[in-house]
Amino acid sequence: MAQHAAQPTATTPALPTKLPIGAIVPWAVFFGILMLVLLYFVGAEQGATSVVSGEDVHEWVHDARHLLGFPCH
Amino acid sequence: MNSATVRNLLVRGMLAGLGAGVLALVVAYLLGEPNVDKAIGFEESHASAHDHEVELVSRSLQSTAGLATGVLIYGVAFGGIAALAYCFALGRIGRFTPRATALLLSGCALLAVYVVPFLKYPANPPAVGDPDTISKRTNLYLLMMVLSVLLAIAATILGKRLAPKLGTWYATVAAVAAFALVIGLAFAFLPAVNEVPADFPATVLWRFRLSALAIQVTLWGGFGLVFGELAERLLSPKPARRTPAAPVAAAGRP
Repeated sequence: MAQHAAQPTATTPALPTKLPIGAIVPWAVFFGILMLVLLYFVGAEQGATSVVSGEDVHEWVHDARHLLGFPCH
Repeated sequence: MNSATVRNLLVRGMLAGLGAGVLALVVAYLLGEPNVDKAIGFEESHASAHDHEVELVSRSLQSTAGLATGVLIYGVAFGGIAALAYCFALGRIGRFTPRATALLLSGCALLAVYVVPFLKYPANPPAVGDPDTISKRTNLYLLMMVLSVLLAIAATILGKRLAPKLGTWYATVAAVAAFALVIGLAFAFLPAVNEVPADFPATVLWRFRLSALAIQVTLWGGFGLVFGELAERLLSPKPARRTPAAPVAAAGRP
């Protein structure tokens, strides 16, 4: 009987319920911005624009920047 | 199903992004670096006239630790963003399981974040690109990336709106066609960038771009599979499978 009851969940997996938009937005805003700042440092810092002076950040991620497709010098 | 689920998915997304970043790093090191070295060789053989700048970071560091820093941060950052997008997509884009939703989202992200911008502004090795146009090229590339991602989101919403009228199949076809049309217009009207030196070896350029594409396919493919697995375990745990196994094992013992 226990196996019979488990059968429907195995063949037709339960579809996920929606997460409420209100629960996602605070995370999306805060972490979205944080992630974009990380991407900025990998992809564009000390190239088109510069927050930290010098060339160290650019030179350190130089190969990654080329291979990840960002324009580089 | 609340804020805690979002946090759990976000953490898993960043971890899956890190894991996928490691896979992408292996591909970048094995397939990408040989082409970067060849391009730098070309650059140096043509730079004799210029004043040679002092190396801030050695090549051996750039191609290992530097490359790892960049690729892993990229993986974690996009993993986090993709996990947040996943929270919105879950249960809203059609009848897909958590795992299938993750792989579908990764595939779309690969196309929207990388492949579409790449078709207009492909990755370039060192020695290709005029330092004076870096701002213009960066702005165009980011514009293309943002445009492509926003249009992909718009196309998804359009498909959802059309689905009740046209049915899922034709709504999807119409949404993809609308995406292709607007992206085509952007391709046609945005300025072209071609700064490849006339004597730059074509095979190095081709292989560099293929390796750049391979890195992204690995990253997003790996992310979709790993994150899908983690999300599936988080969202649909299967106690049903263990319950029937327990009595069998207990019955087998005496």
